[in-house]
Amino acid sequence: MTMLNTLVAVCSLYALFLFAIAFAADRAAMRGQARWLRSPLVYTLSLSIYCSAWTFYGAVGSAVRTGFEYLAIYLGPSLVLMGWWWILRKLVRIGRTQRLTSVADLISSRYGKSNLLAVGVTILAVVGTTPYIALQLQSVTLSFEVFGVGDIVSGQESGHTALWVAAGLALFTVIFGTRNLDANERHNGVVMAIAVEAVVKLAALLTVGIFVVWGLLGGVSGALERIDASELGQWRINGGRWTGMIVLSGAAFLCLPRIFQVLVVENDNETHLRTASWAFPLYLGLMSLFVVPIAVTGLELLPAGSNPDLFVLTVPLSQGRDGLAVLSFLGGFSSATSMVIVAAIALSTMVSNHVVMPLFLRFAKRGAKVSGDVRHVVLLARRLSIVGVVMLGYLYYRLSGGGAALSSIGEVSFAGVAQVLPAMLGGIFWRGGSRVGALAGLTLGFGCWGYTLFLPSFGAGVFVPDSWMVAGPFGIAWLRPQALFGIEGMDPLLHTVVWSLTLNAGGFVLASLASFPRPLERLQGAQFVNVFDHSTGPPRWSGKVAQTEDLMIMAQRILGARDAQALFEHEARRQATGGTLPAPTPDFLERLERELAGSVGAATAHAMVGQIVGGMSVSVEDLMAVADETAQLMEYSARLEAQSQELARTAAKLREANSKLTRLSVQKDAFLSQISHELRTPMTSIRAFSEILRDADGLTPQEHGKYASIIHDEAIRLTRLLDDLLDLSVLENGQVNLNLRPGLLSDVLDRAVAAAAADEHGARVRIWRDPRAEEVMLNTDLDRLSQVFINLVANTRKYCDAARPRLDIRVRPGATVVIDFIDNGAGLSAEAQDVIFEKFSRVSDQKAGGAGLGLAICRQIMTRLGGEVSYLSGQGGTAFRVVVPARYAVAAQ
Amino acid sequence: MTKRVMLIEDEPNIIEAIGFILSREGLTVDTHSDGTTANDKLRANRPDVLILDVMLPGKSGYDILRELRDDAATADLPVLMLTARGQSRDRETAERAGVSAFMTKPFSNAEMLDQVRRLLASAPRV
Amino acid sequence: MAQDGAGLRGKPLVFLERQSYRRRRVIDAARVLPFIGLLLWLLPLLWREEGAAAVRSSSAIVFLFGTWFALVGAAAVLSWKLAAQAREPGGAGPGGMGE
Repeated sequence: MTMLNTLVAVCSLYALFLFAIAFAADRAAMRGQARWLRSPLVYTLSLSIYCSAWTFYGAVGSAVRTGFEYLAIYLGPSLVLMGWWWILRKLVRIGRTQRLTSVADLISSRYGKSNLLAVGVTILAVVGTTPYIALQLQSVTLSFEVFGVGDIVSGQESGHTALWVAAGLALFTVIFGTRNLDANERHNGVVMAIAVEAVVKLAALLTVGIFVVWGLLGGVSGALERIDASELGQWRINGGRWTGMIVLSGAAFLCLPRIFQVLVVENDNETHLRTASWAFPLYLGLMSLFVVPIAVTGLELLPAGSNPDLFVLTVPLSQGRDGLAVLSFLGGFSSATSMVIVAAIALSTMVSNHVVMPLFLRFAKRGAKVSGDVRHVVLLARRLSIVGVVMLGYLYYRLSGGGAALSSIGEVSFAGVAQVLPAMLGGIFWRGGSRVGALAGLTLGFGCWGYTLFLPSFGAGVFVPDSWMVAGPFGIAWLRPQALFGIEGMDPLLHTVVWSLTLNAGGFVLASLASFPRPLERLQGAQFVNVFDHSTGPPRWSGKVAQTEDLMIMAQRILGARDAQALFEHEARRQATGGTLPAPTPDFLERLERELAGSVGAATAHAMVGQIVGGMSVSVEDLMAVADETAQLMEYSARLEAQSQELARTAAKLREANSKLTRLSVQKDAFLSQISHELRTPMTSIRAFSEILRDADGLTPQEHGKYASIIHDEAIRLTRLLDDLLDLSVLENGQVNLNLRPGLLSDVLDRAVAAAAADEHGARVRIWRDPRAEEVMLNTDLDRLSQVFINLVANTRKYCDAARPRLDIRVRPGATVVIDFIDNGAGLSAEAQDVIFEKFSRVSDQKAGGAGLGLAICRQIMTRLGGEVSYLSGQGGTAFRVVVPARYAVAAQ
Repeated sequence: MTKRVMLIEDEPNIIEAIGFILSREGLTVDTHSDGTTANDKLRANRPDVLILDVMLPGKSGYDILRELRDDAATADLPVLMLTARGQSRDRETAERAGVSAFMTKPFSNAEMLDQVRRLLASAPRV
Repeated sequence: MAQDGAGLRGKPLVFLERQSYRRRRVIDAARVLPFIGLLLWLLPLLWREEGAAAVRSSSAIVFLFGTWFALVGAAAVLSWKLAAQAREPGGAGPGGMGE
């Protein structure tokens, strides 16, 4: 019993040591010092969970029972890794691009994110792994018993060792396996602990082997001689099982949930695979190197009937090497625990993602939009799943009686998980593989395995009645579990492997050929099979802006508030929407779905996003996205849209230009008519009177004088008109030379008022001025400015209809001087205001005299002087405002 | 009895010239310079011939002519139209409005007088 | 998907550059290796099991582990070559993943 207590203490210390390592690694990773944690060496060592207690203890047992057959189980995985360029490279790339969380996720994701398939594979994995976990518990229990009871013959359990071990493992796994929700993130602590355990078990086995070969067998040559002389001296293998086990172990290596976990999910860098391609076969070779010598030694030294599964422990013990035995024990313990831990993590991820979460989402009724964090639900689901999986293993151990040879339990498990292989390989290499095919294949294979190997493994009569085994169910002989279709005499395992994989692959291929995949399946198929061609998104969501908030709420619940907000903000910045919420573009939805998939699995993430965004439109167009055509199409249609907008703008501009031209044309016609009229009218008078003077007889001297003066006046009028026209033309063409000089505004106004008063036309106007304000120094073309003022004053005289016309001239000095001319007349109508500055516009009748060019000229002059003249409405009378810069600036032109 | 000519024109010097020429021919010349009241004046006091300017304050000569043609009392009144705009479009417009003769300013006094005489000869007896 | 280094973007070259050519042959070797291994490890099926001429276990152990470690060595050399080529300019991306 002292030995047992020591053992318990050693075990506890070792467990604490593992806890410490896992904790330290997690801490280091959190501080970002995890580079060494992610080395190819750690990756390779973590793969060693393939070598469970089955390897550590069972290989020797297997060697004793069946010779060299045990080697086949390590040759298969070695070949798979050496051929990494074929399958593993692709699997790892797919796993990384699709953010796969498990084997079930891979199958489900590949075949259109089918949850049914995910559940199927999950069940298969749980059922297939359960015996395996039981095997680990059994081996640990056996090793305890060996020390505790000292009974090296049978190793029957007396206490509750298995239960304690199971509980301890569950605890460790819960603590380190469910730290982070994102199953896609590495479990740094766990991986590190496993790597350490890998070293411990290799070291333990090598130490025992070296002790045996050099300590007991007398070196290499001695050992070889002893081997030849022993029961195992002659090469004997079952050829079928040899081949079958190589294939089966290779297949299982690809499909085992725990291997997938470390190989794909925990993979941090694809280049690590390159190192593992030789390093892991080396590890396997070293692990199996001393198996035969240990077996031979055990057979020689230990009493007949000793359990060969425990030779690794009992040989050192029998030689009194307790320390070596304890090391060996720790190696076995490491093998068992690391396997259970990773298997439990992998299975719990599957169970929570594919079984618990979909159910929760369904029964939570309110759907994915419920507020509040569901991360605790996911974590709780994971933890319960871990406990459940480990306890299932314990249950199997109790039910199966714990008596079976270790390797046979392992074989049952291998054959079970290998059923995933056809769907997996078909999925990553054959685009024709369909969901229906995968379902058919898995169902057939799983059913065949369950019926012919798994259920019988519980022992005769437990699940399958004895009579069935002998005579077939209901007497149907060709359905006997171990002799399907009447073919007898096959090894039970080989029988199962051959039939289940044949039915599985056949069903998969035939159903795939016969069915037509849905668009999403085809998309995902292309994504998986051509993963090296394009590593970007298959499913195109189309969302509306209003849904972003719902998505945000959901994402917060899965990813946590901080990460979700960071994700959304980053996307919003990328889209440059200006807000904190991005538009739910297909790209974004796809990214979000992948992020979520890392936490809850592809199918669930897909369902959650789908619940919020609504129907996903996978159409012919989406299929074309695979060939990047959608991108082109969208770009093209965006361009078309831009073009049509451009066209619309151009058309509007053209219409505008056209109407402007039309207006201009009308204006030109009107202008020509006006000029014609203005010129012809005085000429008519001149011609008429000159003819009268020439032709008419007997004109009185008064008449003569009057007619001559009319001709004179009209000639002057004509000249003035021509002057105005020329002036306007010069101003409009910008050919005017400004005569800039300084002068007082008051002087300019004085001159203008005087000139306007000199004109005999129009009424007398009282002019009010503000001499003080007019003391403004100007530097501009004073003559031109004066011309404007004259026009304005003259206008008042011509048009002001007040009984006592009055004109206020108000000046506001400044950098730009403002001069207002306001009379007390009736003012102008709004229509008149619009046209008053146009050429030939005249508000009242012609008698006022001008040709209607005055204000047009004023406007042109003011523009030239860098100022403006405008009509000032709302002043009671007609009012004009002149704005002129005090200092003429060249830039104003 | 003397024939009566109505002159609707707003340019005082042209009124003077035409008035002088026609009165020396022995015609009575009534003048009117506001477009808006021209038609009332014509209806009240129908002349034998009407000389009509196109650009008048208030109402264009074409409008006066159209209205005049629509009125039974003046529908057959001979009208000589004078325009200073002289584009071919103006002549067409005038003819569509029902003008009897059309002259572009500035005109020759003799020609103008010929036109008036011709119109007087064709004028219906009242 | 030919990403072999030098300018294949336009028209594909008939002859690859020496570097790309070597790289392709290394990949070929990496592809063939598991089949060589399988062939070697299926040889024991042909061994005689009965009588005096039966293969002795010591020979079997030497053969199996000899081939095993030889294959590991070959895989290591190939892995090293692939890694070296991946580091060279013109090689494919990380891990020489781009075939």
